[in-house]
Amino acid sequence: MTNDILISAKDLRKSYRRGAEEVRAVDGVSMDIRSGEMTAIIGPSGSGKTTLLNMLGCLDNPTSGTLRVGGELVFGGHRELPEGELTLVRRRFYGYVFQKFYLVPTLTVLENIMLPGAFYRGEGGWNPREVMKLLGIDRREDHLPGELSGGEMQRVAIARALINGPRVLLADEPTGNLDSRRSEEIKEILKGLASRGVAVLMVTHNPELARAADRVLEIRDGRTH
Amino acid sequence: MTVYSIAYKNLLRKKTRTALTAGGIMLSAWVLATLLGFNRGYQQGLNRDIDNMGFQVLLTAKGCPYEAATLMLKGGTGLRYMDESIVKDVFKHPEVEKVTPMLMHGVFDPDKGENGAIAAYLGVDPATFPSMKPYLEFKQGGWFTDDKAYEAVLGYEAAELETREAGDLMLVVGVEKPVKVVGVLKRSGTQDDGTIFMPLGAVRGMFDRKGKLTGLGIKVKKEADIPAFENKLYDLPDVQVVSMAQVKSTIMNLVNSARVIAMGIAGIALIIAMAGVINTVLMSVMERYAEIGIIKSMGAMPFDVFRLIWTETAILCGLGGAAGIGLAFVTAGLSEAAVRYFLPYAPNGALIALDPAITGFAFVLITAGGLLSGLYPAWRAARVRPLEAIRIEGEQ
Repeated sequence: MTNDILISAKDLRKSYRRGAEEVRAVDGVSMDIRSGEMTAIIGPSGSGKTTLLNMLGCLDNPTSGTLRVGGELVFGGHRELPEGELTLVRRRFYGYVFQKFYLVPTLTVLENIMLPGAFYRGEGGWNPREVMKLLGIDRREDHLPGELSGGEMQRVAIARALINGPRVLLADEPTGNLDSRRSEEIKEILKGLASRGVAVLMVTHNPELARAADRVLEIRDGRTH
Repeated sequence: MTVYSIAYKNLLRKKTRTALTAGGIMLSAWVLATLLGFNRGYQQGLNRDIDNMGFQVLLTAKGCPYEAATLMLKGGTGLRYMDESIVKDVFKHPEVEKVTPMLMHGVFDPDKGENGAIAAYLGVDPATFPSMKPYLEFKQGGWFTDDKAYEAVLGYEAAELETREAGDLMLVVGVEKPVKVVGVLKRSGTQDDGTIFMPLGAVRGMFDRKGKLTGLGIKVKKEADIPAFENKLYDLPDVQVVSMAQVKSTIMNLVNSARVIAMGIAGIALIIAMAGVINTVLMSVMERYAEIGIIKSMGAMPFDVFRLIWTETAILCGLGGAAGIGLAFVTAGLSEAAVRYFLPYAPNGALIALDPAITGFAFVLITAGGLLSGLYPAWRAARVRPLEAIRIEGEQ
């Protein structure tokens, strides 16, 4: 495991208006994400977990604060990257896994995994068959998503997120739709990825999964504790 | 894994919807290709028919020129009679190379068809008519032995209709003496195929039309000024001058008017198909809103998403357009039969002339129309913000 800082957030804030009221979804969070580190963000619903994850994953711009990814300033000091440049950052650093797997129903497992490669092929990307073998879905190569179990679909989603060799894997409730056995499998996979040097940052309600993380951040009312 | 294969598989998600939209495009392409092919085929056929008449100017007795032109194109001549002295008068003009006198006569034959029909006989001069029609070839026999002989030469279709061969006899209503078929022509693709030719002298004798003509075909010398010559012919008493160029122009004007209406219909069909494409692709984009967001979160640039959606549109339009062109080829015979049934006059030969230029143009026009309609949905998809898309999906 190396310890170089991949994401550095300082005093990140995100607020929006709901009628006359100003809602502070994230209120001054500072944190670093290192390669090979598995971090869990936990907290009650509406506490700002997903908003924080989205900002750290360059899917959403903060209202204020500073965000550096791979040493490059993405947000802060009057700098706000436009969508096109954010896409370039996402290409180079991130892989995303969501609670709903968002697999393309008409593409086979292999094709779903290779989907990001149709648009961008990153250096150091995974071989599709190797990643399938690593995640134990190599025998499902030609199956359609509708023929897979929930756990298998989430593995395909993880494989798809890994295909371009991301340095950070963001997972929003990766076991949210899975039973305990499948959740355990996903936990082991995420731990295995961290041990390979991938920074895993996940939002979860699953205590077992949180316990497996190297670091747990609890967030309440937009603040970390 | 390419954008093309992803786009193709995306279209397979809703097979019925895709098929219906492609069907709309197919129908538009079919209508467009068929109409363009008809326009080309009709023009070619008309040119061929008129060029094969062997003469550039036709004199008939004074009457309605359109009626005369229609009768002439159907193998007949004018309705009234001219005196044969007109031949000498016409020959006085230095522009004239050859003339051939003709006498058309029709009699009602109660045994023809279910309720009887007019049987028409064209009396032609054996000395001048064959040399004006050098392209006519015989399947059997040859031309008449004498100007007054009771003999007939049948066009290819006329022989089939009358079920006669060279050497057979045929009866003419009101005429006691049978007429001998001395020749059957090969198919020429002109109105001559349906004509029964007889010697001019024989027709005059049979129907008591001595010294009368219904038409005079005039072949003009190559260097002659035809419009000026036509003007001079108007000095002759009680004649109608029918210029083949005018006939062609008049008919094409009528056909072009009909074509404008038909192209308008094709345009409406194209607009409906385009609306169908916009609807289908836009619905598809909306249904895949989150998925498009995920693709963008995975590193797809707005242009990548635009290209994906536009490729789907291109495949849809390309397949629909190609199927429509294929359908136009397959149904060309049927379309031609329908056109012949409804049109008062249709030239011989293929009426729907589909060639690579026409089908290529129809295909390009349909595909371009489709791609144009795909612009808005593709633009909408390209503007999807990943987070917004995922959030909307999460709320559902």
